[in-house]
Amino acid sequence: MRYLARRSVHALLLLFGVSFFSFALLQLSPGDFFTPMDLNTQTSSDAVDALRSEHGLNKPLLVQYGHWLQSAMKGDLGTSFAYNSPVAPLLAVRARNTALLTMISLILAWIIAIPFGVWSAAHHGGWTDRAGGVVTSALATIPDLMLFLALLLLAVRSGWFPTGGMTSERFADFSFAAKVKDLAVHLFLPCLGLALASLAPLIRHVRAAMIEVLDSPFIRAARAQGIPEHRVLLRYAFPVAANPLITLFGFSVAAMLSASLLVEVILGWPGIGPLLLEAILAKDVFLVIGAVMLSAIFLVIGNLVSDALLVAIDPRIRLE
Amino acid sequence: MWALGILAVFYCVLLFAGFFAPYDFAAQNRDMPYAPPTTLHFVDSQGRFHFRPFVYDPQKSPLLTPLNEGDSNQAYPVRFFVRAAPYKIAGVFTSHVHLFGVDEPGRIFLMGSDAYGRDQFSRFLYGGQISMLAGLLAAVFSVSVGVLAGGIAGYYGTWIDEILMRGGELFLALPWLYLLFAVRAALPLHISQWEVFLLLISVMGLIGWARPARLIRGVVLSAKNRNFVVAARGFGASDAYLLRRHVLPQTYGVLLTQMTLLVPQFVLAEVTLTFLGLGVGEPMPSWGALLSSLQQYSVLSSYWWMFLPAILLIPLFVVFYAAADALQELNRSVLL
Repeated sequence: MRYLARRSVHALLLLFGVSFFSFALLQLSPGDFFTPMDLNTQTSSDAVDALRSEHGLNKPLLVQYGHWLQSAMKGDLGTSFAYNSPVAPLLAVRARNTALLTMISLILAWIIAIPFGVWSAAHHGGWTDRAGGVVTSALATIPDLMLFLALLLLAVRSGWFPTGGMTSERFADFSFAAKVKDLAVHLFLPCLGLALASLAPLIRHVRAAMIEVLDSPFIRAARAQGIPEHRVLLRYAFPVAANPLITLFGFSVAAMLSASLLVEVILGWPGIGPLLLEAILAKDVFLVIGAVMLSAIFLVIGNLVSDALLVAIDPRIRLE
Repeated sequence: MWALGILAVFYCVLLFAGFFAPYDFAAQNRDMPYAPPTTLHFVDSQGRFHFRPFVYDPQKSPLLTPLNEGDSNQAYPVRFFVRAAPYKIAGVFTSHVHLFGVDEPGRIFLMGSDAYGRDQFSRFLYGGQISMLAGLLAAVFSVSVGVLAGGIAGYYGTWIDEILMRGGELFLALPWLYLLFAVRAALPLHISQWEVFLLLISVMGLIGWARPARLIRGVVLSAKNRNFVVAARGFGASDAYLLRRHVLPQTYGVLLTQMTLLVPQFVLAEVTLTFLGLGVGEPMPSWGALLSSLQQYSVLSSYWWMFLPAILLIPLFVVFYAAADALQELNRSVLL
C-alpha cells in the first residue's frame, strides 16, 4: 500500500507541476486571445478589457492559477475562447478518440515487438537476428513525419483507405457490424503508422532483455534437463524478461502520445492533436492547458497500469 | 569515424550553400510551377555523345511533350563555375560564382521546382542551413543548460540536487511534442523570421536539457570524489576552480556524444514544428517548410519529387547516429 501511495503522490506532483508550468508560460507570454480585438478599431478598448476581466485575464498570475486549480478540482477546466464553451467536454470527445487510437496502436506494437524480439534473442547472432537488426535500425532512422506522409500518400494514391476522419458520412445509419467495420477501416492507417513509429525501440528492448535472461544459469540448468527450447523461452525466460519491459511499457505511452499528435494532424484523425494545434494558433489558453494536462493524465494512467501489471506478473514484488 | 568525416563535409556544403546552389532560394519562376527534376542528357537528338551534360528547356522537355522531328528544342549545356545571382557566404562575403548552372533562359532544377517555380535543390541547401543551424544551436543551448544544471546538482547535492532532478524528470516524462507545443503556444505567433528562429532554438533547447543534465550529474558525482579533486580541494582550491579545471573536463566525452544524439532530434523537431506551421515561415526555406506543401493531397499525390527532401534526410540521420556510435566507442576506449 505504501508503494501505491508513493506512486500516487508522484503522479499528483507531476500533474501539479505540469499545470503550473504551462499556466505560467502561457500567462507570461505577450498577447492573448483578445489582442487581435485590441487592434480592431471597431471595438472599443473598454469592451475588450471587460471581456478580459470577465475571463479573469487581468488578475495576477498566482490568483489566476489558484482559480483555475480550484475549478479544475471540480472538473471544470475553464472556457475555450474560440469555441465559447467549456473546455472539458470539448476535450472529452477528442480524448476518447486519441485514447482509442493510442491504445490499439500500443497493443499492436507490443504484439509485433514481443515475438520479433524473442525470436532474435533466441537466434542471437544468426542471420535472421542480423537482418532483423538492420530492419529495426532502418525503422528507427525513418523520421515519424516521413512515415506518416508515406502512409498518407498510400491512402491518396490507392484509394483503399479513407484519407481522414473517423467515420463515413452516413455512419449513424449503419448497422452495428457495419459501424465496427467502418471504424476499423478508418483506424487502420493511423494505427499502422503509430505502431511502426514506436516499434524499433520496443523490439530492441525485448531482444536485449531476453538475451540477458537467456545468459543466466537457471536457463542453462533448464536446458540441461532437456526441457524443450520453446518452453524454455516462453515459460522460463520470458516471464523474467518481462519485468523491465513492463516498466518500458509506461514510458512507451509518452512516446506514443507524441507520435499520435503528429499522426492525427497528418492523417486527419479527430483526436487531441488537431484541436491542440488550432488552440495554439488562436492562443486559446485554457484549451492548450487542458490538452497538455490530458497528455499528462494519459501518462500517469499508463504508468499506473504498468505498475499494476508489474505487481500482478512479477512474484518477486510484494506489496507490504 | 567515416561518419564524422561525412558530417563535416555536409556541414561545409551547407555553409557554402550559395556556391553549390544554382539559384537564390527566393528566385521565382512563376511560369514553371512544379517542374519535374531536370534530366541531364549526354546524348543529343542526333545520337551524338557529349561529355558535357546538357538540359532541355523545362517547359519543352522531352519528358513532357514527345520530341518531334524539327522541334526547335533548345539545349542548354551545363556550365561549371558560372557567374550568376550574387549570394553571401556565411552572411559576410559576397560572391557571384556558382558551382554549376545553365545559360538563360534555360533552367536546371535538379530536384524539381515548387508551387512558385523555385528551385527545390537550392531551397534544400539553403533550408539545410536553417534547419541544421537550428539543430546545432538548440543542441548547444540544451547541453549548456544541462551542464549548468547537472554540474550544480551533482557538485552541491542536497536539496538543490533534489529540486533540479525532480524538475528534470518532469521534462523527461512528458510527451516531448506536447511540451514543445505548450512552450511554442506561449510565444507570440507574428514576429520577424529571425525572432521566430531564435525562439524555436530556445524552445527546443529548453525542452532537451533534462537528459544531458542527468548524465552530467552522474559524471560529476563520481568525479568530485576522485583523489586528485579531493587533494586539490585540500590545497584550498575554490569550488569554481575545481569545477572548471577538474570536474567539468571529465564530462567532455559525454557532452560530445550527447550533442551528436541531440542535433538530429532537434533538426527533426524543427522540421516537425515548421511542417505544422509553427516554425520559420515564407520565404525563409527550412526542411520543414519544404515538406509542408505535402499537406495538400494534390501536391502529395501528383508531384513525387516534393518527397525528395524528406528522402534525403534519412541517410543524413543514419550518418548522425553512426557518428554518435563512433564517439561513444571512442569515449569508452579513452575512459577505460
